[in-house]
Amino acid sequence: MKFGIMVNEGPYQHQASDTAYQFAKAVLAKGHEVYRVFFYHDGVNNGTRLTVPPQDDRNIVTRWSELAAKHNLDLVVCVAAAQRRGLLDESEAKRHGRDANNIAAGFRISGLGQLVEAGIQADRMVVFGD
Amino acid sequence: MSDAGGVVKKFMFVNRKAPYGTVYALESLEVVLISAAFDQDVSLAFLDDGVYELTKGQSTKGLEMKNFSPTYRALEGYDIEKLYVARESLEERGLSEDDLLVDVQVVSCAEMADLMAEQDVVLSF
Repeated sequence: MKFGIMVNEGPYQHQASDTAYQFAKAVLAKGHEVYRVFFYHDGVNNGTRLTVPPQDDRNIVTRWSELAAKHNLDLVVCVAAAQRRGLLDESEAKRHGRDANNIAAGFRISGLGQLVEAGIQADRMVVFGD
Repeated sequence: MSDAGGVVKKFMFVNRKAPYGTVYALESLEVVLISAAFDQDVSLAFLDDGVYELTKGQSTKGLEMKNFSPTYRALEGYDIEKLYVARESLEERGLSEDDLLVDVQVVSCAEMADLMAEQDVVLSF
């Protein structure tokens, strides 16, 4: 089965991202496909590589990056939500005249159309949020 | 921008939060507007504090936030006309259909559950 996943909350503040990650891992372990993970609202903060959690805690951002690399996942951060919250990739930073970018490996920034398209393409769309 | 390949699914956007205390309502509306470009069968549900999103006479001047409530009136122009509001949520808040700024269908929570069960995709905000 093809799953679409939506993550609506930021890392550490809320369990939604942890649960979504565990769900994605379980789905893949069962041999299903994850069509896309779409990060929205504060969920976009799961995609900043400047996150530095304490060493004895899980690193939510690198965990997503590693899962994406291992399974070739499409991790998409909503551009409008990302801009509001200061998450930029290289081209967005250049476009808006900012001196740095902070997108983590394996994430890409794109539009909300990617969320709707995931809903169309996936057999099940699962939302993790508040 | 549509990449639906002719597939038409039933999408329901579920609005459960008050319009201004958090950004959920505004960003939910942004998804709804984008979805219109994909020619899908879109409906909106308003329940819990989400019913406040549709109330008339919203004033955000003191909050220094944009009043986005007029956008709900524009949804018709995007062919988004199925707006369902939970009767219990209205009643619990002392509201009635007359307090809302758009035409809606007021349904019971049980009917809302049936509508949700009919959907292909339910996105909850």
